[in-house]
Amino acid sequence: MSDQPNALAKFLDWLSKTQVAKAIFRTGIPKNRRQRMTVMLNNVFLHLHPVRLPKHAVKIKYTWCMGGLSFFVFLVLTVTGILLMFYYRPTVEYAYGDIVDLREQVPLGIMREIHRWGAHLMVITVWLHMFRVFMTGSYKPPREFNWIIGVVLLVLTMLMSFTGYLLPWDQLAIWAITVGSNMAGATPILGAAGPGSNLLALGDVNFVTSASDARFAMLGGRFVGEGALLRFYVLHCIGLPFIIMIFMIIHFWRVRKDGGISGPV
Amino acid sequence: MTETKPSTPSSNPTPVPQPPTMDRRTFIKWSAVGWAAFAAVIGGYGTMIVRYLFPNVLFEPKQEFRAGLPEEYQVGEVSERWKDAYGTWIVRDSEKIYALATICTHLGCTPNWMQNEAKFKCPCHGSGFYMTGIHFEGPAPRPLERYRIFLSDDGEIVVDKTRKFQQEKGEWSDPESFVTV
Repeated sequence: MSDQPNALAKFLDWLSKTQVAKAIFRTGIPKNRRQRMTVMLNNVFLHLHPVRLPKHAVKIKYTWCMGGLSFFVFLVLTVTGILLMFYYRPTVEYAYGDIVDLREQVPLGIMREIHRWGAHLMVITVWLHMFRVFMTGSYKPPREFNWIIGVVLLVLTMLMSFTGYLLPWDQLAIWAITVGSNMAGATPILGAAGPGSNLLALGDVNFVTSASDARFAMLGGRFVGEGALLRFYVLHCIGLPFIIMIFMIIHFWRVRKDGGISGPV
Repeated sequence: MTETKPSTPSSNPTPVPQPPTMDRRTFIKWSAVGWAAFAAVIGGYGTMIVRYLFPNVLFEPKQEFRAGLPEEYQVGEVSERWKDAYGTWIVRDSEKIYALATICTHLGCTPNWMQNEAKFKCPCHGSGFYMTGIHFEGPAPRPLERYRIFLSDDGEIVVDKTRKFQQEKGEWSDPESFVTV
């Protein structure tokens, strides 16, 4: 019993001297502050965390942890979303049936529910995060640029919700997107039903029609049909996540560079 | 060897060969050409991608369709025969036949024809329209639109959905917006 830690220490000591361990952890077992810091800086996952953390920054009362929770929910949505893609087919023929099957037939039928409730939750946490940042004045210099990045992320979150809303392909989805896309049709100049839609014309030929306006590009057709379903699916699963991740990288990087999370700079 | 030892004193120093240089003017000229080519390629690809998003072929119902002979429609009837296929109601009153678009003027849903109440009722937000297409309840801001309608040479009704007639613009008196029977 008494020599158990000793044996363990010996084993760890031997393990740390093997070539495999040395190749992976180049700094060895950290024994002082300097080595601990090099471990943090030389590991891709550990270096994402700050080397130092001010005491006030970890107060839940101050940050509500809303930014971190938003990111956590985003990760949950990514994992469940990828799992849903194994069963869901974005065609008019199969989409609705696949959604029903995801609940009734597929093992762990709660997967789609997690994705849906997670999506609701992410919108809520993103708004609360924005509210907290506003109330603590964390949009002020030098963080004003990161506030703008945050607004872009909010819009992207809304677009993720909007594109995901169509995919169940039920009556609610189709008419909600019909209503939503009609707003694109009312875009000034570029929407066929918008003000100034007849400005882009050559003689009698009008360039902005119901088959060439902003709404048409969004739906890939004159109404919410097969083209819209496929377009929204691609945007929801690849296009928007790709863009949102780029902006999240910038957002998190600037949090660190602008003086760490929360608190006065 | 003399190049690697420049400090060696020599009575006849051979000039150190320099790599050919480009003067500032030439550099700017060629970089302008390079950036212009880069911008042209990016712009070209960008234009191509935008154009790519507008399909050439649509797998949608035709914009113009034949709706049968006028005798097939009863006076005072709202025909739902072409509602699913072409999004059009054919309505015949005592003097004319007109084609109503099945698109609610509020936010674009498809209203239902309620035979008993003799009105179109939109399920989304409750807008109501008379048989003529005039709105009378709910949030719809203007009447339903009518499509261009005419008789073909063999006397069949043809509906052309590319042209719309709006009551609030006084277009319902346009002879192309109805056929008299």
